[in-house]
Amino acid sequence: MEEKKVILEIENLSVSFRQYDKGFGKTDLDVIRDLNVTIHQGEMVAVVGSSGSGKSLLAHGILGILPYNGILGGKIFYDGAELSQKRKEELRGNEIVLVPQSVAFLDPLMKIGPQIRRGKKDEASEKKLDQIFKGYHLEKEVQELYPFELSGGMNRRVLVSTAMMGNPRLVIADEPTPGLHMKMVRRVMSHFRELADQGAGVLLITHDLEQALEVADRVVVFYAGTTVEDADVKDFAREETLRHPYSKALWRALPQNGFQFITGTQPYVKDLPEGCPFGPRCERFCEKCRGEIPYRELRGGKVRCLYAE
Amino acid sequence: MKKSMNKYTTIKNVGKQGIRMILLLICVSIAAFFLVSLSPVDPLQANVGQAALGSMSQEQIAKLNSYWGVDEPPVERFLSWASDFFRGNMGISLLYRRPVSEVIAVKFANSIWLLGIAWVISGVMGFCLGALAGMKQGTWVDKVIKGYSLLIASTPAFWLALVLLMVFAVWLQILPVGLSVPIGMEAAGVTLADRVRHAILPALTLSITGISNITLHTREKMIDIMESDYVLFARARGESNWSIFKNHGFRNVILPALTLQFASISEIFGGSVLVEEIFSYPGLGQAAVTAGIGSDVPLLLGITVISAAIVFGGNLIANILYGIVDPRIRKGGAGL
Repeated sequence: MEEKKVILEIENLSVSFRQYDKGFGKTDLDVIRDLNVTIHQGEMVAVVGSSGSGKSLLAHGILGILPYNGILGGKIFYDGAELSQKRKEELRGNEIVLVPQSVAFLDPLMKIGPQIRRGKKDEASEKKLDQIFKGYHLEKEVQELYPFELSGGMNRRVLVSTAMMGNPRLVIADEPTPGLHMKMVRRVMSHFRELADQGAGVLLITHDLEQALEVADRVVVFYAGTTVEDADVKDFAREETLRHPYSKALWRALPQNGFQFITGTQPYVKDLPEGCPFGPRCERFCEKCRGEIPYRELRGGKVRCLYAE
Repeated sequence: MKKSMNKYTTIKNVGKQGIRMILLLICVSIAAFFLVSLSPVDPLQANVGQAALGSMSQEQIAKLNSYWGVDEPPVERFLSWASDFFRGNMGISLLYRRPVSEVIAVKFANSIWLLGIAWVISGVMGFCLGALAGMKQGTWVDKVIKGYSLLIASTPAFWLALVLLMVFAVWLQILPVGLSVPIGMEAAGVTLADRVRHAILPALTLSITGISNITLHTREKMIDIMESDYVLFARARGESNWSIFKNHGFRNVILPALTLQFASISEIFGGSVLVEEIFSYPGLGQAAVTAGIGSDVPLLLGITVISAAIVFGGNLIANILYGIVDPRIRKGGAGL
């Protein structure tokens, strides 16, 4: 297999929020502590984590749209060079694009056409949009509608269309299929697969492992602010090929593998244990797990566990 | 088909609002009428004067009372007043000795200048300042605008009027102290410039106090918009601050601002009562005060009902405009 170029590399990314307590004290709330993801051209990588684990902040961090009190740590490299805030502002919307969750991310008072064109009225943008719409089988009349007038099926295609207005080389899809039935999910996912096959890197952020396994090339498992495993989709065929106990637990929770669940819940960022975040729920937990756990290479993937072999 | 349906709903809505307005006016006039009838105002004394009343015999007083219907029960008196009012006869003003409708028309023509200028200035300025502060939330621009608005919001209008009067009319002597036209000038000789010069100070007072409310509301709304998902997405798509304002901020903030602007008629109207009194500006507000103090019941009732109608009219326009401007309501969708 030929080596494809790395389009996005995220090293030890952290996102924290400064909170002011009573008096003059302040605490930094680490929502993302240690996140590592690498995406190659033409590759679709899914970051899978449970709801409310701060996955969306990953997307916001890459695009430079964190709220003013959000602090970004770690390093992000895009296309070989570090992605500074200035570079993010230049690239977002053109080379780096976001596909949001729902039409709630569209201005309710702006017609679809002008909105996708970002208010531009020149001939080139109009032509481009017409072409994109044709590609997604959307009538030209849809451009004259307001977001609330779109049908469920149109919604997704319109949202994907917004990404196509630029020349996307990195597509970030943040939970693009909430509450959709499987047939619809497959159709939406096929749009992203298409983008990846055309050479763009696709970062799919989702809580749905099953969905991720269907379309993605690699899956990064995200637990309590840390990436615990980076595995090829093939590794999810059997429990034994997986590396981290949490990934194995996720595997066992899949319907076809017995719907088994483990006890306990994901800890809230404020009550994280020292060392391994999964420690309190892990069978093999021991004193050593309270220390620093390295993110290491293992069998072609990566894992953040002392015992994985 | 769908369009005509929507037109039908719009007409139905306007009709509903119209009925509501009539009901409101009936309620307001009933309340006003009975409050006056409970007050110590003696219609007879107000009409003939204290001195004349003192020199009259009990017999004459009783005769006059029954002639004017003072001894009739209040409900009957109200009904006879209301039925005349409904036919356009608002009665005769005791103080001006002219039909109430005429007095109100003259006073209203004076006030409309003042109110109109103040309404437009406070609306436009309030909107601009509020939108700017909301876009730049947390910066010094926002802090200055917010500070100013809070300061002005807690300043009584009459006090501000007195300060302006002292500064511009007494110390600097560049603007007149009061009235709506120069003293001792023939009505024919009054120019538009004269009228404007006399309206500047009262209009300024009303504008300054009106701005703060609109600014604070617009700012709050703008902050909500800036924190919305669609602005976040616009930013993610590389839109600049100006583009975000042009495409999303303005569009979304103008709707609540319009509503606010028309609803603020009531506040400007209320403020004008005090301000006109201080500047001796012969408008509707001053007439209301004069009528109240001078026991001019017909004029007072007339002004009350007309003011209620104007204020309600403002709200009515705001409601109708909302339906026309907002596509979610106009196109008859699920709404918000």
